[in-house]
Amino acid sequence: MSAKVADLLYLIPIVTFIVALRFLSNPAHARKGNQIGAAGMLVAIAVTWIRAGAGSWWALVIAMVIGGGFGAVAARKVRMTAMPQMVALFNGVGGGAAALIALAELHRVLPESGRPHIDVLVAIALSGLIGAISFAGSMIAFAKLQELIGGRPITYPGQNVGNIVLLVALVVFAITLSAGVQDQWLLWVVVIGGAAFGILFVLPIGGADMPVVISLLNAFTGLAVAIGGFELENNVLIVAGMLVGASGTLLTMLMGKAMNRSIGNLLFGAFGKVTAEAAAVASGDGGTVRSASAEDVAVMLAYAQKVVFVPGYGLAVAQAQHDVRQLADLLESKGVEVSYAIHPVAGRMPGHMNVLLAEANVPYPQLKEMDEANPEFTRTDVAVVVGANDVVNPDARANQGSPIYGMPILNVDDAQAVVVLKRSMNPGFAGIENPLFYNPKTVMLFGDAKESITKLVADVKNL
Amino acid sequence: MSHSMLLVFEVTILVLAIFLGFEVISKVPTLLHTPLMSGTNAIHGIVVAGAMIVLASGHKGPFVWVIGFLAVVLGSANVVGGFVVTDRMLQMFRKREPAKPPAAAEDGKGDS
Repeated sequence: MSAKVADLLYLIPIVTFIVALRFLSNPAHARKGNQIGAAGMLVAIAVTWIRAGAGSWWALVIAMVIGGGFGAVAARKVRMTAMPQMVALFNGVGGGAAALIALAELHRVLPESGRPHIDVLVAIALSGLIGAISFAGSMIAFAKLQELIGGRPITYPGQNVGNIVLLVALVVFAITLSAGVQDQWLLWVVVIGGAAFGILFVLPIGGADMPVVISLLNAFTGLAVAIGGFELENNVLIVAGMLVGASGTLLTMLMGKAMNRSIGNLLFGAFGKVTAEAAAVASGDGGTVRSASAEDVAVMLAYAQKVVFVPGYGLAVAQAQHDVRQLADLLESKGVEVSYAIHPVAGRMPGHMNVLLAEANVPYPQLKEMDEANPEFTRTDVAVVVGANDVVNPDARANQGSPIYGMPILNVDDAQAVVVLKRSMNPGFAGIENPLFYNPKTVMLFGDAKESITKLVADVKNL
Repeated sequence: MSHSMLLVFEVTILVLAIFLGFEVISKVPTLLHTPLMSGTNAIHGIVVAGAMIVLASGHKGPFVWVIGFLAVVLGSANVVGGFVVTDRMLQMFRKREPAKPPAAAEDGKGDS
């Protein structure tokens, strides 16, 4: 197959990838889009196979069976709560593959007669660097999310300075490699140093900020793949990689906005550390907390017109999604209007909470995003906050001293009444005081979320 | 086509792809952001095509062969895993589950 024919055929996967993303705009046909994308990927692999020549076809088959088999088994087995680490893992292997390709390409072009083109060298250096950062960073993110290492931020003095110096040094190495000194060890330094940077970069980041990290690493891998397309003069890599790069960038910006952090702050700020001293600046000097029994709450819910559930990651930790859906079904059968208000950063990756609730058979029209949910609260009788804290903290609106001031939140305090399901009065992950708990409209239902909801289900049934 | 012409074309494609990406992805609702991430994950699995090209030139030495082999393993895991997991997720998004008897079937724990 000539290069021209192959390039023409590569248009098929390019188009299918775009269609796949386009179809994601509506949950009704999103799945079909994904299948179209997968079919396009098969075409890309077939074209590459024929074009590259099946020199060592048995090695290709073995490698694909190993990799594909691992991917298929992992993807089938993974639990929906573990989706962030799965995405991190696939991000990492993609980035790793891009870095490996850079190493192999440099090895191939250097001995060739004449100087290699500078743009090819730049591409090799960049995709080696970015791919390595993505690979190592993703592996650390995976380890954190999988709780192989502590999810708490790991910090040391001079962290930011150290990271920046390392990154600058790597860029200098990459420039040296591109500009003249064509030595393979330079790329090894760039790749290994890039991996070290990836590790140092992600280590300090706490679990609650993982949505940003994962989006960012997604963008990195896409970028590394797109640059890999320049090394191999392959259009499909350029387009597909850059689509992913754009997607990851957009999601990173959305997450930054949802957490009220600038991208600069996210990249090199005290990333993931809404720090302890901030907790001291809590607004409310307390006041009283009203605690209610499950029976009381059951009555409130059963006689409400409209109930909105506000799930946070605590819901997923307690594995209470199915119980919540059961309670919602029960309320609906009593004529109560039920919906769910989902904050963009609920969960450990963008949109995570929606997937967890969809898995529990919650129909997706009931899942409302923040902009849609907020105006609804004024005509909501009861807002039920399950395992969420910061995303419903009114201090984000009112208290300038609060570390989360300015972060967009779900205005649950607009509802007639608020029920907060919480284990105890301990402040949440970030350690920030929440005046919502002291609001006269609020009642607290203490206990494990799953047990509390099970009790509520029983009590509503008995009414 | 000269090398520099090719480069210009490639950069053009790259820039257009960025704009196209932003355009298409900004239409994806937050509801589907997780499948979007795993779906784009699957798409960057296209790196496997590059890995295949490297492995196919493996006759140029054991180093290239080993690297190419590893890259194909990683790339295939990326492609297959990405598409399978996205499919699994997307099939869960339904409007209404088929009618089933209300939750009364389960035994209520704890009395009021």
